[in-house]
Amino acid sequence: MNSPRRTPKETQAIVERSLNRRYWAERRFRAYGFAAVTAGMAFLVYLFFVIFSNGLGAFRQTQIRVELYFDPAVIDPAGTRNTDDLLAADYQALIRGALKAKFPDVEGRVATRELSRLVSGSASFTLQRRVTADPRLIGTRESMWLMAGDAVDLFMKGQVDRKLPEAERPLSDQQIAWLDKLKAEDSLELRFNKTFMTNGDSREPENAGIWGAVAGSFYTLLLTLLLSFPIGVAAAIYLEEFARKNRWTDVIEVNINNLAAVPSIVFGLLGLAVFIGFFGLPRSAPLVGAMVLTLLTLPTIIIASRAALKAVPPSIREAALGMGASKIQMVMHHVLPLAMPGMLTGTIIGMARALGESAPLLMIGMVAFIVDIPKGITDPSTVLPVQVYLWSDSPERGFVEKTSGAIIVLLAFLVLMNTTAVILRKRFERRW
Amino acid sequence: MTPAALLLALILLSVGAFWIGKSRSLALVGGARGIRNLHSLPSHYGFMTALWCALPALAVMMIWLAFQDSIILRLVSDHLTVNGQPLAASDLALALNDIRNLVAGNVPASAVSEPVRAAAAEYSQLRGTSRMALTVLVLVMAIGIGLFVRSRITPELRARNRVEQVIEWLLIACSTIAVFTTIGIVASVAFEAFRFFQHINVFDFLFGTSWSPQMAIRADQVGSSGSFGAVPLFAGTALISAIAMVIAVPIGLYSAIYLAEYAHPRFRTWAKPLLEVLAGVPTVVYGFFAALTIGPALRGWGESLGLSVASESALAAGFVMGIMIIPFVSSLADDMISAVPQSLRDGAYALGATRSETIKQVVLRAALPGIVGGVLLAVSRAIGETMIVVMAAGLAANLTANPLEAVTTVTVQIVTLLVGDQEFDSPKTLAAFALGLVLFLVTLALNVLALHIVRKYREQYE
Repeated sequence: MNSPRRTPKETQAIVERSLNRRYWAERRFRAYGFAAVTAGMAFLVYLFFVIFSNGLGAFRQTQIRVELYFDPAVIDPAGTRNTDDLLAADYQALIRGALKAKFPDVEGRVATRELSRLVSGSASFTLQRRVTADPRLIGTRESMWLMAGDAVDLFMKGQVDRKLPEAERPLSDQQIAWLDKLKAEDSLELRFNKTFMTNGDSREPENAGIWGAVAGSFYTLLLTLLLSFPIGVAAAIYLEEFARKNRWTDVIEVNINNLAAVPSIVFGLLGLAVFIGFFGLPRSAPLVGAMVLTLLTLPTIIIASRAALKAVPPSIREAALGMGASKIQMVMHHVLPLAMPGMLTGTIIGMARALGESAPLLMIGMVAFIVDIPKGITDPSTVLPVQVYLWSDSPERGFVEKTSGAIIVLLAFLVLMNTTAVILRKRFERRW
Repeated sequence: MTPAALLLALILLSVGAFWIGKSRSLALVGGARGIRNLHSLPSHYGFMTALWCALPALAVMMIWLAFQDSIILRLVSDHLTVNGQPLAASDLALALNDIRNLVAGNVPASAVSEPVRAAAAEYSQLRGTSRMALTVLVLVMAIGIGLFVRSRITPELRARNRVEQVIEWLLIACSTIAVFTTIGIVASVAFEAFRFFQHINVFDFLFGTSWSPQMAIRADQVGSSGSFGAVPLFAGTALISAIAMVIAVPIGLYSAIYLAEYAHPRFRTWAKPLLEVLAGVPTVVYGFFAALTIGPALRGWGESLGLSVASESALAAGFVMGIMIIPFVSSLADDMISAVPQSLRDGAYALGATRSETIKQVVLRAALPGIVGGVLLAVSRAIGETMIVVMAAGLAANLTANPLEAVTTVTVQIVTLLVGDQEFDSPKTLAAFALGLVLFLVTLALNVLALHIVRKYREQYE
C-alpha cells in the first residue's frame, strides 16, 4: 500500500515467505491431529497393558505338592466313618504332618506355625470335602497339590522383594528358605487357578473367585434381555409403523432421546425409591437389577430398532398391503424379519452396555459381600463390574491381581458381544 | 404355586387355548375345506382365545404381586404390639426387618424376640394364604375366560380385527414406558427430595458451603447435627468435569478433524472403531485404572517437583474421565464435520486457502454449533459419571479450585449416602435424592439445550 512499486522478484520473495509459513502451519495442524489420534490410541494401549500385566497372574495360582497320609488316627480315631465325625476332624493336622514330613528338622511351635502358614487355610476344607465324599481315602497315601497361602502366591509371582528387611516382608527368611527348597524339588508351582473361576467372593484373596459374580451377571442380563428386547422392539414398531405424527408421539420421542442421556445413577435412584421402597421387591436381587437395567437400555434398543425399521424400503410394505395383508400382518410377516438383524445388533450393543454398568446397581444394594453362588433371580447377588469395584476397595495386596483378572473376564465378555454384533451387521446387512 | 410356576402354568394354558380356539373355529365350518366360510384365519381365532386367556389373568397377577407384600406387612404390623402398646415408627421398621429376615431364613429363630417370632409366623401364614388365593384366582380366570371365548366363536366373528386391536394396544403400551420412566424418575426423586426439604431449607442446601451429612443417631448425641450445604459438591463436580473437558475437547476435536479431513480411508476404518473402544470400556475399569495407576503416578511426579498432591486428587479423576470422554467428543464432532457440504470447502480451496485454513476458517465455523452441542452432551456425561469418581476422587467435601487436592462430587455423595445400611426417613438418606434431583435437572437442561442446538444446525444444511 504505502510501499513503492515492487519488482516482480521482491513480490515473489514475499509470497514465497508467506507460503512457507502457511505450509508450515498446514503441517503443524496436521501433526496436531495425528498426535491427538495417537494419544487416544496410546491411552487405550496403556490401559490394556496395565490391566493385562496386573491381571494375567490371577488365572494362575501357586500350589505346593505334599505327600499326604490320610491318617485314620487323626480323621476318625473312633473308626465310625460317621459323616459328622469326618466333618469335625482336624484336617489342618494332616497338612501340618505332611509339611513336617518334608522338613523333618523343624521344631517348636513358632516354626511349625510358620511352616503351616505356607499352605492356605482353605486347603483343609478341600481335604474335608474330599474325605467326606469318599471315606475310602482314609488310610491311603497320596501326592497332592495344595493351594499355597496368599503371601507365597505373591512371592512366586515376584511381588515379594527378598532384599527388604525381614519385618517389612509378608514372608520370613526361614519361610523363603523353605520355599526355595520346595522350588528346587519341583514341589512349588504356578498352576491353573480353578478356584478363581469357580468360587464366589471371599475375604481371602486366594479363595476369592468370580463365578458368583458371573452367575449374577448372567441372571441379570438374561432377565434384562427378556424384558427390554420385546418392549423395545414393540415400542419401535409402534413409533415407526403405526403412530401418527402428533403431539403425543412428539412427547414420546423427546422423552426417549432425553432418557438416553440421563446419568445412569439416576435410574438407580428410581429403582431404589420405586421398586424397592414402594413395591417392596427384595434388595440385591437380579430381578430389581434387571428392571433398572431394562429402563436404562430401552432408549438404546428403541433408537437402534427404529433405525433398522427405517432402513426397510417402503416398496416391501406397499407390496404386502397390495396383496391384501393387514397392517399387522405386513409388519409381522415382512418388515420385522427384514429389520431383525439390525434390531439384534442394537440389542447386543445395549446388553454390552448393561453388562458394564455398575452405578445404578450400587443403589439397589447389589454391592453386598456375597459368598454363595446365586441360584435364581431373587437370590442376593452381585455382578461382574460391581465385583471389580468391591475388590478394588480391598486392602489386601492380593486383590489387585484378582481385580484385574475380573476386569479381563469382563472385557472378554464385552469383546465377545461386540464382535457378535459386528459379525451380525456384516453378515445380514442389506443394501436395497 | 410360586409366581414362576404360576407364570409357566399360564403360558401352558394359553398355548392350550390357542389350539382350542383354532380347532373350534375349524370344527364350526366343518374342517379345512370350509375355511372360506370363516371371517379370519383359524390361527386368529386361536390367538384371540389365547390372548383373552392370558392377559386378564396376567394383569391380575402382576397387581396382586406388586401389592401383596406391603399389604401383608401392614396387617402383621397392626397386630404387632409390645405389652399391649403399638410400636413406635422406628421400632416398627426394625421389627419388620427382623420379620423379613426370619422368614427368609437369614437369622435363626432364637435371635429375635417372642412377638416378632409370632408376627413372622403370621406373616408366612398370610403369605401362604395369599399365594394359594392368587393361584386359584388366576387359574380360574384363565380357564373360565378361555372357555367363555371359545363358546363365543362363530364363523362371522371378526377375530383378526380383534387380535390386531389388542396387539396395537400392546404396542402403544410399550411405547409409553419411556414416558412413564421419566414420570417415575421425576415423581420418586422429587418426592423424596421434597421430604428432605422439609428438614433442611432449600437455600441452605443450594447455597450452604459446609457439607458433613453425618447425623446423630440418638437424640442426646453430641456434635453431629449434620450440615447439608451442597456448594462444595457442586464445585468439586465442576472442577473434575472441567479437567475432563480440558483433556477431552482438544484431543477429541483434533482426532475428529484428522480422521474426517486428513486420514487415509484405510487408516480411518480401523482407527475410528479403535478410538470408540475407549467409550465401550466399563467405567469401573477406568476407576480402577485411575486409583491404581494414575493417582499414585501423579503423586510421585508431584513429590519430585516438590508439590503435595493428594493421592485422590481431582486431577487424576478428571484426567481419566477425560480419556473416557474423548470418543464422545470425537464421534460427534466427526458427524458434524462430515455434515458440512463439500461446496463450502471447494469455495475456500478456489480462493487459494490451504487445507488447514479451510478447516479452521470455513469448516469448523460452519460446524461450530453442532460441535458446541456435542461438547455440552459430553459435559452432561462428565457430570453424571459415577464409578470413576467414586473410586478415584475423595470423600471429604473441600471447597477448593486446586486440582491437586481431593474434592468430592455429587455422584460420589449419592453413592456414599445410599450404600450400606440406611433408614428411609433420615435427612442423610433423603439428601441423596435431593442431590439426585439436582443432577437430573442439570443434565436434563444440558441435554435439551444440546439436542436443540444440534437439531437446529442439522436443518441448516439439509
